Amino acid sequence: MADARNSESLGKRCYNWLDQRTGLGSLMHEALDEPIPGGARWAYVFGSVLLFLFISQTVTGIFLALYYVPTADHAHTTVAYIVKEVTGGSFLRSLHAWGSSAVVIVLILHLTQTFLYGAYKGRREVLWISGCALFGLMLAMAFTGYLLPWDQKAYFATTVGTNMASEVPWIGSMLKRFMRGGNEMGTLTLSRFFVAHVFILPAIILGFIASHVYLFRKAGAAGPPSEHPIEPKLPTERFYPKQVLMDTAVALIMICVLGLLSHFYPTELGPQANPADTQYVPRPEWYYLPIFQWLKYFKGPLAVVGIVVIPALTAVLILALPFIDRRLERRPWKRPIAVGIYFAILGTLITFGLLSKREDRLDPAIAKQVAKQNEETEQFMRAPFEPEAAASSLSAPAVVVALDPVAAAGKKVYDAESCDACHGENGVGTNVGPKLAGATAQKSAEELTKLLRHPTEKMLAGEMKAVNVSDEELKALVAYIKSLK
Amino acid sequence: MPSFLLVRFSFSKTIGQNHGMNGTEYQTAVRNEPLSRRSFLGVLLGFGSVVVGSALAIPLIRVALHPLLSKTTETGWSDVGKADEFASITGPIKKLITVEQRDGWRKIVSEKAVYVLPAKDGAMRVLSPICPHLGCSIPWVEAKQQFVCPCHNAIFGVNGARVGGPAPRAMDDLECKIDNGMLKVRYQYFRQLIPTKEVLA
Ligand code: FES
Repeated sequence: MADARNSESLGKRCYNWLDQRTGLGSLMHEALDEPIPGGARWAYVFGSVLLFLFISQTVTGIFLALYYVPTADHAHTTVAYIVKEVTGGSFLRSLHAWGSSAVVIVLILHLTQTFLYGAYKGRREVLWISGCALFGLMLAMAFTGYLLPWDQKAYFATTVGTNMASEVPWIGSMLKRFMRGGNEMGTLTLSRFFVAHVFILPAIILGFIASHVYLFRKAGAAGPPSEHPIEPKLPTERFYPKQVLMDTAVALIMICVLGLLSHFYPTELGPQANPADTQYVPRPEWYYLPIFQWLKYFKGPLAVVGIVVIPALTAVLILALPFIDRRLERRPWKRPIAVGIYFAILGTLITFGLLSKREDRLDPAIAKQVAKQNEETEQFMRAPFEPEAAASSLSAPAVVVALDPVAAAGKKVYDAESCDACHGENGVGTNVGPKLAGATAQKSAEELTKLLRHPTEKMLAGEMKAVNVSDEELKALVAYIKSLK
Repeated sequence: MPSFLLVRFSFSKTIGQNHGMNGTEYQTAVRNEPLSRRSFLGVLLGFGSVVVGSALAIPLIRVALHPLLSKTTETGWSDVGKADEFASITGPIKKLITVEQRDGWRKIVSEKAVYVLPAKDGAMRVLSPICPHLGCSIPWVEAKQQFVCPCHNAIFGVNGARVGGPAPRAMDDLECKIDNGMLKVRYQYFRQLIPTKEVLA
């Protein structure tokens, strides 16, 4: 009897043991027993789904870094290697790329839900601001990550993106050079974007997520729009289990959708960036299209208005929303102006995005160039992976051609005397003999002649014997050795 | 079952009830979600997380294990020269070949020397110039009609057979074939100082 009861509760005993030492119980209570006024709802899943997507992006990103090298001369090759050679590499990269789009979509849904439910009201100003910061940081992640494959579209989209920075008054050109790590786009730009994308931004985002979750818990779940934002009256339901299950279910659906998209529509890689290409028509990722279209209307001296003034004002307006809209009324149908403005902005953005697509289709020159670019991408994707020749690789025949006649005669002596046996073909060195190419250039011909006739103790110990040839041949040999680079 | 565990157990159970939740909260929890339902959903949730977790883990594991899953990057065949070129040679001929090795996304191209021997009964032979003693490259000494290693004077005959000196075996044959009239060889290194030929991985 006692035995049965004990074996039944073994799990519980382990849990209690751990709880007494770690406080796991109160931690779980803190995490899972958050009361939700009015109970769990599907409308509340977006925050958790964003957290889940962030984790997924982090993990897939880390595994991509197993094969990625962030320099201008290797980045494209390594991404091509991931896409064309690494087992499941194309799928993983697609998960990461589709995941970034999913983050933007769910961010917009989360924002829309928060706005419609008036969930930013009632002592939630700081919570709202931290959310806005997270939105901006996520867009910065998308911007910096886009350059990393270093293909044509990445290169040219980022060229345009960083050019925009130069419109900022006074510090514009400095800002642009800071982002690029110089006047032009190059390997330093890639390093900067990589460090921002992989180290700096994720660290900041992590901090903001922690504060966002903390502030959310501090203010408490807002509940449905009819609920009072500060003193909720509806009966509550705990976060666990129903809301947790809903969140998990949506996360599961999210994975399935991302997996299916990645499988059937893998993210493509275009040909390597070619800065000399003047024909290329750069187009940003879909979520930047509205801004891209917007900027077309601000040419010349007006550019600063379109690129800096209006976006900055909009940002301030959005950040200040809970300070401006201080009423505690949450029901959307009682706040027609606020809701109207929100959907007007959203509608404008969508319209701009669609307009941009339409203009590209209607302009025959651009449509043709875009079709050509797509064809080039298809072509590159079909071609087999081309490994990059390592810098240390030899191309020895080229060295021989350039020799003058004396040195050429010296090469014959070098080969006949089997110098290559230890010092390698063309003096590149082997595991038994040191490299001669380059190393002997500083020594004078006299010194070398002397060393070859009378090797030092150290040379003799290393099996280097005195060279036994005619003076003429030795002169040629020295000339040859000195010519090695 | 030792009795002290029992005591410990009942003790911690009391603690657990008083810990974390105050009395009324605990009551509400019980009323809102009967324990059986809560734990059923817990199992469902646990199951869901396992499915989600493994669905995510599979592509990650595949990517991380790529070097093990793909066939090992063994050295391929290198061209030595047209087969006719060697049809009427009378002694060993030294040829430089380019060996291409894959190192992940890079290829390393290096030049190596090999000796092509005169064909016997139509079969071509290609020798590695690396001495099986300690790894110096062995030159062909025309005057003596022998391979003489410059390091410790190992001597090999025209066909690479061991004649004298410290080498433990004959010079090593490299795998070769004639493909479309082109003599091809697979360049490999062999373990030194042992009497049998053994490929170095
Ligand atoms: S290495 Fe050739 S004889 Fe010692």
